[in-house]
Amino acid sequence: MSNISAGKRALQWFDYRLPIFTFIHHSTVGYPTPKNLNYWWNFGSLAGIILVVQIVTGIVLAMHYTPHVDHAFDSVEAIMRDVNYGWLLRYIHANGASAFFAVVFIHIFRGLYFGSYKSPREVLWWLGLIILLIMMATAFMGYVLPWGQMSFWGATVITNLFSAIPLVGESITTWLWGGFAVGNATLNRFFSLHFLLPFVLVGVVFLHLWSLHKFGSNNPTGIDTRGPKDTVPFHPYYTIKDLFGVGVFLIIFSVFIFYAPNYLGHPDNYIKANPLVTPAHIVPEWYFLPFYAILRAVPDILFVDAKLAGVIAMFASILLLFALPWLDSSPVRSARFRPWYKQFFWLLVLDVVVLGVAGAKPPEGLWLVLGRLATAYYFIHFLILLPLLGRIEPTKPLPRSIGDPVLNSSPPRESETGS
Amino acid sequence: MAKSPKPHDTAGQAEGGNRRDFLYVATGTLGAVGVAAASWPFIHQMNPSAAVLALASTEVDLSAIEQGQAITVIWRGKPVFIRHRTAKEISQAQDTSLEALPDPQADSERVQKAEWLILVGVCTHLGCVPLSHTGEYEGWFCPCHGSHYDTSGRIRKGPAPANLAVPEYVFIDDLKVRIG
Repeated sequence: MSNISAGKRALQWFDYRLPIFTFIHHSTVGYPTPKNLNYWWNFGSLAGIILVVQIVTGIVLAMHYTPHVDHAFDSVEAIMRDVNYGWLLRYIHANGASAFFAVVFIHIFRGLYFGSYKSPREVLWWLGLIILLIMMATAFMGYVLPWGQMSFWGATVITNLFSAIPLVGESITTWLWGGFAVGNATLNRFFSLHFLLPFVLVGVVFLHLWSLHKFGSNNPTGIDTRGPKDTVPFHPYYTIKDLFGVGVFLIIFSVFIFYAPNYLGHPDNYIKANPLVTPAHIVPEWYFLPFYAILRAVPDILFVDAKLAGVIAMFASILLLFALPWLDSSPVRSARFRPWYKQFFWLLVLDVVVLGVAGAKPPEGLWLVLGRLATAYYFIHFLILLPLLGRIEPTKPLPRSIGDPVLNSSPPRESETGS
Repeated sequence: MAKSPKPHDTAGQAEGGNRRDFLYVATGTLGAVGVAAASWPFIHQMNPSAAVLALASTEVDLSAIEQGQAITVIWRGKPVFIRHRTAKEISQAQDTSLEALPDPQADSERVQKAEWLILVGVCTHLGCVPLSHTGEYEGWFCPCHGSHYDTSGRIRKGPAPANLAVPEYVFIDDLKVRIG
């Protein structure tokens, strides 16, 4: 007994000088969480866990990897064949990147469906978009490191995007490459940045959580929590729920790692980089396909050539999301109470899937046309439909509180299933 | 108590705000210039070093290239196409009306000797290496995003904005060329 209180006193002594335990308690254990969160709310913490997995596997892979054009490919093969459990670590890391994007995309669409980006969570939404952009840069540079054919040509195509910038484009690409083509200098700096950026991500994730905890999580009804009767402490309720989700995730993740580790990759990347031969069909990793489709979809517009227009459209497709809290002018957050928006939300999901498929196909014939239509619709959704819906959509009456629809089943209750 | 006269200070008060503002701005400006100057080495280190810039020329012996054949050599880490054109390919390139070209340039401006076409083998769209003797114009076809080039390496169809670039080169003798 006296032991425990001695320990407690030591903790208190420390916490008084650096209140880190209070901080951890407030943000994980005692954090008041809306009591009606559904499973779509699992994906945020899941993304955080995958980030940790990526950092841990990445650090040990870096112990065996050689960032030099003559040795990079062989060192990755050595990791696969010679290093103890190297194959496992690399497969976790490579598939972990895919898992990270899958989880983050679901997390983003969750935010879109339930209006999580709306006031007062605009900064939270921005930080999430910054996380997405850093993730994309990190994933791209990581994919270059094995120095296979897709690594090399992916790097060539993506860095050449910057050559579309008028006047300074060529100088910028030369600066990025450290030469006149993708080469050893490029590989070295990509390795350096690929190591750095995940830690930047951790910093931005911290800010993301900070701004999340300022107003608390959104919830499926989209209405604000009103005091303790609408919330439960994060621990044990959501720690357990999140852990269950982690278990389900790990089962799916393991299926990929142990039974289909290269399913999401390209065989061409097991051929060493050859600067003289471009593979017949260059495709980025699946998580970049929708953006790749937008890049290729745009034709010449007035005095802007197709190359520059495509690059602008691709970057705009993400950057315009920063304005989303204002483009969507509806005061109602959750799609549960927005019958029209709900339909358009699913159309957007379909649209992004079509973009993804179009990005995987050669840019000709039907798929080029579909890619163009889907690109146009993507921008129409955000720039025209959302502002319009905010004005004309008849929304359903909101419940008085989170508990209300459950406790008194008589008042207005939406006739909708889980999601 | 009454008025501990400090004319110096009161004058400073009236004017002091301005003087202090000036000091803030001056210090801030100097600091910003200093940071900008100090950041230049960190930016410029990413540019090609003198060692990279020095590897600027490549000599190629053309004697082994048959008519109708194209080879690829490396210059500054990039592929360069050397194509020994057939009479038909030359006439195709020369007879094309400039109005049919997105990036108009006569064939004669792109070659020194009509049978030898020398080009930087980098697609002007996003930098892939186009495949020779394919595509709708029998010049090059870029598999990445579907750009078609003709037998003079000029863009004819697809997303690329410009013709394949012609590097600097000189014929040292009839069958030897120095690129760069």
